[in-house]
Amino acid sequence: MEHGRWEHFEHDADIGLRAVAATREGMFEAMGEALTAIITEPGAVQRAETITVRCNAPDNALLLVDWLNALIYEMATRGMIFGSWRVELEGQTLTGFVTGEAVDRLRHQPAVEVKGATYTALSVQQDSQGLWHGQCVVDV
Amino acid sequence: MDLNQLEQLSEYRWRIPADNAMHVPGILFGDREQILQMDDKVYTQLRNVTLLPGLAGPVYAMPDAHWGYGFPIGGVAAFDANAGGVVSAGGVGFDISCGVRTLHTGLTPADIAAVQNDLADLLFAGVPAGVGSQGSIRLNDREMDAMLAGGARWAVQQGYGKLADLERTEERGCIAGAEPANVSNQAKRRQRKEMGTLGSGNHYLEVQRVAEIYAPKIAARFALSENDIVISIHCGSRGLGHQIGTDYLREMVISAPDFGLDLPDRELACAPIDSELGRRYLGAMRAGMNCALANRQILTHLTRELVAELLPHAKLELLYDVSHNICKVETHVVDGLQRELHVHRKGATRAFGPGNPDLDDTLRSAGQPVLIGGSMGTASYVLAGTTAGESASLSSACHGAGRAMSRRQARRQYGGRQVIDELASRGIVIRSPSNRGVAEEAPLAYKDVDKVVEIADRAGLANKVARLEPLICIKG
Repeated sequence: MEHGRWEHFEHDADIGLRAVAATREGMFEAMGEALTAIITEPGAVQRAETITVRCNAPDNALLLVDWLNALIYEMATRGMIFGSWRVELEGQTLTGFVTGEAVDRLRHQPAVEVKGATYTALSVQQDSQGLWHGQCVVDV
Repeated sequence: MDLNQLEQLSEYRWRIPADNAMHVPGILFGDREQILQMDDKVYTQLRNVTLLPGLAGPVYAMPDAHWGYGFPIGGVAAFDANAGGVVSAGGVGFDISCGVRTLHTGLTPADIAAVQNDLADLLFAGVPAGVGSQGSIRLNDREMDAMLAGGARWAVQQGYGKLADLERTEERGCIAGAEPANVSNQAKRRQRKEMGTLGSGNHYLEVQRVAEIYAPKIAARFALSENDIVISIHCGSRGLGHQIGTDYLREMVISAPDFGLDLPDRELACAPIDSELGRRYLGAMRAGMNCALANRQILTHLTRELVAELLPHAKLELLYDVSHNICKVETHVVDGLQRELHVHRKGATRAFGPGNPDLDDTLRSAGQPVLIGGSMGTASYVLAGTTAGESASLSSACHGAGRAMSRRQARRQYGGRQVIDELASRGIVIRSPSNRGVAEEAPLAYKDVDKVVEIADRAGLANKVARLEPLICIKG
């Protein structure tokens, strides 16, 4: 499982994101894609501009919230949507290289803006086979 | 929800009995069917809230309660600073001071019928809505801080509206104790292009017809009559509030062990009211509330200008503006004592009864207007706070219907175009930048708001006054 898989799970008011990957980096990247998929189809996003985000947190679960919130912040302030994600981890410091384009309301048909990542149903775990699992509920 | 874990106190009141871990009981409002349909996670989340320190009286779940984050949506809890009480960023949520304001228009259904599509187009073009939309107002650092300190009062001073609007706005348009310095630069940056924007999701601007009056005397006080046209705006503190929530949730999660707080759910992140972090959050949260009040005031101004282009005889006067995601300092009688409490309402509307000094002379005899939003094709409601609600629920009522299905389920079941066409056939004009967004907000994706309001009325939380039916809905 070189590339992570992601899915949305049911939450009454908001949306749950869940991802699994062979590496911790891959799991964070897949969660980034799951975040975009709330707003629009990730495959429809052109790769016009790359930006870098950095986060540091005391544990993996908080790092996942920080990563998602960093993406939410960059989307909100830059008016961008992202279509590809590359994550490098050094201990509990994450550097993300995310590529995307300005929101095009006609082409992207953005469904909803994401307000923030929550700590509800939040987890990051490595299973007995070494796969990394992450999940988080985001407020929309 | 499993009824066996609850005690039924009356037809519409249920209690989670206090056990050794719980500091106070939890009270749920709803009839048997509603409680059965509520997610078990509402029980878990409400019980989790009862574990927090310094609670005053029970914690409550309104009839529209559903699974939230930390607190259930529809949750109400009051904390006493003198008893070690906390303030919880999770108990307020990301959309600080999200709320509803409703405006009279002086228009008739015939006025709207003559221009319905043109008015919808005009409002859609003139009111920034949806992901990626921007307002036309740009604030420099000094102006941003003035807005955060001044709220709707600042907006009126800038020419967005009139002084009379403030009389009908919660806190007279400006909550005291806002500390712009406690709001991060990231939060302010996130707001730069978002003043006077509606947002997305369940936020909207609706032109509505008063379809039914239930309480004629109160309706007269509210100046509402059958077939009046009103306009309702549902939105909050936009990116600034979202970022305040993000910033302080993180800080409270990390600081919880330092305060000796063993949180059953990290999302309950909180800090003692009487701590540096607690005070700092309250100052920032109040700045967030002022941002929401200013935002709804600017949207009101935009709406007035746009409506006047087509209907120059319209007179848009504010009925009321009230928030449903906020922590407020209020005085309540709990256990026979009058106490100053920090009341958290997350997806619950303040519902002051008759006689409350916070209300202006006209409203004081009727009770506070409680504005309940619908979802495009469904009705909205105006209720009035009750005297009984003071002791029943710390003067709190529901805020909407709550979702019946997830966004993904709704998207699978409905097409945006299909929803728009079906509503058009019922005389409701929808304008939205996103068909996918419309599908996810399909009316049937929400629970039955009529039922929620009926139970709120029967439980004595607030009295039904008027039912509003949508004619035009601008969706983000």
